[in-house]
Amino acid sequence: MNAKYIVSLLAVVVLFLLAYVGVEAAGLQVVFGIIIPYLAFVTFITGFIYRIMDWSRSAVPFRITTTAGQQKSLPWITDDKVDCPSTSGGVVLRMILEIAFFRSLFRNTRMKIKEGTKLSYQLEIFLWLGALAFHWAFFTVLFRHLRFFTNPVPVVVQLVENVDSFFRVEFLTDIIQIGVPGVYLSGLVLLLAVTYLFLRRIFVSNVKYISLASDYFPLFLIFGIAFTGVLMRYYAKIDVTAAKELTMGLVSFRPTIPEGVSPIFYVHVFFVSILLAYFPFSKLMHLGGIFLSPTRNMTTDTRARRHVNPWNYPVKVHTYDEYEDEFREKMIEAGLPVDRQPVDTQPAEATPEESEEKE
Amino acid sequence: MSDLPTPEEMLKVDHRPPSAGWMDSPVEIRKGIACYAGNPKSLEAVGFPNPRTWSCFDEDWQLPENWQEILHEGFKERLERFRSFRVFMDICVRCGACADKCHYFIGTGDPKNMPVLRAELLRSVYRNDFSKIGKILGKLNGARPMTIDVLKEWWSYLFQCSECRRCSVFCPYGIDTAEITIMGRELLNLLGLNIDWIITPVANCFRTGNHLGIQPHAYKDMLDFFADEIEDITGVRLEPQINKKGADILFVTPSGDVFADPGTYTCMGYMMLFHFLKENYGFDITWSTYASEGGNFGFFTSHEMMKRLNAKMYAEAKRLGVKWILGGECGHMWRVIHQYMDTMNGPADFLEEPVSPITGTKFENAKSTKMVHITEFTSDLIKHGKLDLDPSRNDHLKVTFHDSCNTSRGMGIFEEPRYVIQNVCNHFYEMPRNTIRESTFCCGSGSGLNAGENMELRMAGGLPRANAVKYVHEKHGVNMLACICAIDRAVLPDLMDYWVPGVDVTGIHEMVANALNLPGQNERDTDLRGEPLPGIEGQTEEEADEG
Repeated sequence: MNAKYIVSLLAVVVLFLLAYVGVEAAGLQVVFGIIIPYLAFVTFITGFIYRIMDWSRSAVPFRITTTAGQQKSLPWITDDKVDCPSTSGGVVLRMILEIAFFRSLFRNTRMKIKEGTKLSYQLEIFLWLGALAFHWAFFTVLFRHLRFFTNPVPVVVQLVENVDSFFRVEFLTDIIQIGVPGVYLSGLVLLLAVTYLFLRRIFVSNVKYISLASDYFPLFLIFGIAFTGVLMRYYAKIDVTAAKELTMGLVSFRPTIPEGVSPIFYVHVFFVSILLAYFPFSKLMHLGGIFLSPTRNMTTDTRARRHVNPWNYPVKVHTYDEYEDEFREKMIEAGLPVDRQPVDTQPAEATPEESEEKE
Repeated sequence: MSDLPTPEEMLKVDHRPPSAGWMDSPVEIRKGIACYAGNPKSLEAVGFPNPRTWSCFDEDWQLPENWQEILHEGFKERLERFRSFRVFMDICVRCGACADKCHYFIGTGDPKNMPVLRAELLRSVYRNDFSKIGKILGKLNGARPMTIDVLKEWWSYLFQCSECRRCSVFCPYGIDTAEITIMGRELLNLLGLNIDWIITPVANCFRTGNHLGIQPHAYKDMLDFFADEIEDITGVRLEPQINKKGADILFVTPSGDVFADPGTYTCMGYMMLFHFLKENYGFDITWSTYASEGGNFGFFTSHEMMKRLNAKMYAEAKRLGVKWILGGECGHMWRVIHQYMDTMNGPADFLEEPVSPITGTKFENAKSTKMVHITEFTSDLIKHGKLDLDPSRNDHLKVTFHDSCNTSRGMGIFEEPRYVIQNVCNHFYEMPRNTIRESTFCCGSGSGLNAGENMELRMAGGLPRANAVKYVHEKHGVNMLACICAIDRAVLPDLMDYWVPGVDVTGIHEMVANALNLPGQNERDTDLRGEPLPGIEGQTEEEADEG
């Protein structure tokens, strides 16, 4: 039994009850439909900006790029322009690959000891696949939701919707009807991916060992968001027009609580609000952090172009003069050139010819 | 050493974590894993705080009264100074991709050697000290206050990381554990917590110019001794130039190369190459006793100490009035030169943009720092046909190449050394792709962990590297492990003896020199190690003709 995920799960259950009971029993539609979403949104925006600004305030004293490919050196050696980018263009490409396609995670391998003596490192793409599916599905779902905040709905949103529901998934019986309206692939992928990421945390022993409550909580929360979303669309079949009236009210700053919106909708909105408000204070900030990661976002031409450290300060060094003062006699004896001759001790004979006076 | 487990025992490593959470598993500082504490004299020599005689096995570490405050302030200062540190403290999602990428985790199975957990040792304190929410949620959210046990845990695991950056290649956010270890060790140094194998070389280097404490006259003696050896083997007498003002180029290499086998053969290789170039092309290069260290153990204590030691290279180049600097085969030396030197101690506007005086090649990639890697230099020479090479003198070698961590992931020099190797020897075999280039495995002893007392850790950490060597040893009969790192040359022989007996270790320029025909040389019947060349009797006449 792991307290960390139990607590996280309980937290999400409590949040669910809070919203459900709040709306259904206490009639707090205004709180859950207007006040909390606004507060959450403001927290998200200000928090996000604050975190980025806070990071930006820290200096970047050195260019410590991770070089994962051949450097640019001699003209006849082909350099790796993406994994070891010597130009800004290369860095941009590297960052795009990293952010949109998780380039580094794609390298993932799994170490095994075979026959008790042979180490092997096999390609392990499931984490990459799961993470990519999760993030792209989430992004698609998010993008589709622009439908609720725009009027008329932009063509590009409709286009994404059409592509997303391209694969017909239908399961129609008298009791359960799946597939009407058209199933969005992204929603299902999101649920599957978030489930995979959770199960991974539970069943891969090392990952379980390192996981914190703050790793489980967003997974449960996002699962809750996706689940309530799916529920509303395919099962509870809420009044979409009323829901859109509410969301449009929010974006047009004329908030309104229409009649007949299901409590599930408020739960959904509440979960999203919690996620938004939680975002800037959590590891979810990796969304912003990846852009500032010093091992990825800088060029590798460190010997060709000087990087300036804003806080570089003079340090105490052991000068050549101090060094020679200590070893002068021995150097002279060994026939090594010296900058200064011994002051008062032995003159002339031990002096090599080339040495020259300094000061 | 006598307590060292056998390879068979070592291979029974268990990678499953214990059932108790990591915060509930107290640190065990153990012989064979831990390094001895720093000698107070060495700390005093460089003005480091809290010099005293102490032992990591003691209960009382004799810390200053306000150590928690010092640590907190130091932490805060570094968060402001290093965005890397700040961002890496915040954005890890604990996906676990890094876990089995660490050679120390692979070799020891100790979960705290998973890079993510090594970083969490610091993050847990960070959350407690610098995040309100973190503090409120406490242990549940992975936050904990700094205690003496936490400090001991830091010390233990920050000296079980070789700053190799392999994890940073696989991290989706580029989180670099080396950076975290560097900061952590800097913080520990504020309290006088260091290991002797690092701080004593630092003190030596500050005073004598090199880690080993070799004084100028002794340094000259050593080069003269190598000249004698070379004369015995080739019949050619060469005179290395030392501290020569007005030379064209200053050469800096790790002092390990003048000190112990097999690095010494690499050193002889440099000397023979320089002699060849001098005789044929009037190449004018000088060694220095003041800047007689390429490596920089200061890098393993603090950014400031790194800068203090590194300053000698530019200072000496300026004093001698050379045009640019050539650097020998070394790993972390090149990380420091490539990514830090110009920023710390530059701009080197008193030097010229490096141009090879022999081929006319402009080293555009080094035009600001003005320091060129010797395999860049030599591969350019070979490409232009400027060397007279007889690779058959390396025919007794079946060679594989170990990419050093720092030159790989902190520089990206992969093709140059391979090009040189393939031109000086005829039998070259790569280790499996997942163990070379940017995915290369550490020797297990990097970042100052090449001491004697932590042999168990070193052999465990070197397992992945050794295992890949074993693969090519068994498959292709590889008997020589080439590298471009002085620490590698110092530690890999032990590692090979332990895991893959029958494989020797060499620097690349030893093989260059074996192949290089010196003007006026005798017929050579041994390599630089004094071992007879293959089929020497049958080839006697041919070789004599060549000579």
